[in-house]
Amino acid sequence: MIDLLSGVLIIGGLFFYVAGTIGLLRLPDTLCRLHAVTKADNLGLGLLAFGLLLQLTDPLSMLKVLLIWILVLAASAAGGQLIARHVQREQEDSS
Amino acid sequence: MTFDALLVLDMLLATLMLMLAIAALHCESLRQGIFLYIVFGLVTALAWARLKAPDVALAEAAIGSGVAGALLLAGLRDRKPRKQKSLLRRPAWQVLTVTYLVIGLALTASWAFLDAQANDVGPRLGAMVQAELANSGVSNPVTAVLLNFRAYDTLLELAVLLAALLGVLALGPERAAPRAAGPVVHHLVAWLTPLLIVTAGYLLWVGAHAPGGAFQAGALLAAAGIVVRLSGNPHNGLPSGIWVRMLAVAGCGVFMFVGLASMGGGANLLQYPANWAGTLILLIEVFATLAITTSLVLVYLGGQPDSWSSGRRKARA
Repeated sequence: MIDLLSGVLIIGGLFFYVAGTIGLLRLPDTLCRLHAVTKADNLGLGLLAFGLLLQLTDPLSMLKVLLIWILVLAASAAGGQLIARHVQREQEDSS
Repeated sequence: MTFDALLVLDMLLATLMLMLAIAALHCESLRQGIFLYIVFGLVTALAWARLKAPDVALAEAAIGSGVAGALLLAGLRDRKPRKQKSLLRRPAWQVLTVTYLVIGLALTASWAFLDAQANDVGPRLGAMVQAELANSGVSNPVTAVLLNFRAYDTLLELAVLLAALLGVLALGPERAAPRAAGPVVHHLVAWLTPLLIVTAGYLLWVGAHAPGGAFQAGALLAAAGIVVRLSGNPHNGLPSGIWVRMLAVAGCGVFMFVGLASMGGGANLLQYPANWAGTLILLIEVFATLAITTSLVLVYLGGQPDSWSSGRRKARA
């Protein structure tokens, strides 16, 4: 039962990663691509981390997965904001 | 033949490394090449982890991909943009020479590997290290080799790093600090920096009995300094004046001091007394970490820190 749930969560996570990547490849400009990647990958990451969490029994390993989840979440949020800022500055410079 | 899922992963990793390497050399702009090189470093770190060499994987991710990537990007910012000539569009004889050399290297390496597998080539270094591990003062074989059995090599590595640093410092004043990065990054840096410092301390300490050690810890600590600098903060976590110079030479200095002191008892250079070995290794590693951190951050600054010449800075302002 737990294996099934964790499998569904991980496959769901992978689906969002694929969706985000397709968005990155197909959308027209930087901001749209950024939107697709950050939104979809954050959701995918959460599902993936939760799915992996169900596979673990050792509390220390669980804590590590949670930490990785928080770190990647914070880093990608800040990274997305940085790229968006850069795009905005470039547009202001060119106009 | 059984289906091995990990073999598929390994094949994917190997293919990905080759493709990333070719893409990094073949791309149009230097910026693209640097990003591909950073990704290549991360995939290489994964490959090292799969080869059960976590020490090398940590060093590759922290130094080969992280710090080197930051250095390359900083260097790119300094130079005027120019179209890069793709490697594959160079004269044919150059491409062919490199290709044949690489094929020759691969064949020689495979022959050496198969030869060593087929014939008994005497005692292997791994077994010798395991046999003497109990006398080394640490229980992590990698640290035992780096800081005890082959400490001489590590001392010279630190000397090379110091020489490189002296070269960079001779280039003149540091490059201008990047502009402020805004509140989101500011907050991220504010809680990422303590985390990096704690993790570096952990890596330094754990090096005695698990993957970790001075180079990984130093690279992580340097990453903290670079991240602080990149967020637009004019500081970089380094002390000012004479202290930063002391830190930069402390790695080689303490190493040499311990090595010479061990000669006092009639032993050879860097032949530690057996019951002191663990303590001495930790002492050397602490100062090596600080020296590596200082060197990497100073190299990232690309010259002498402004704090060294406050008189000149005032004159400019």
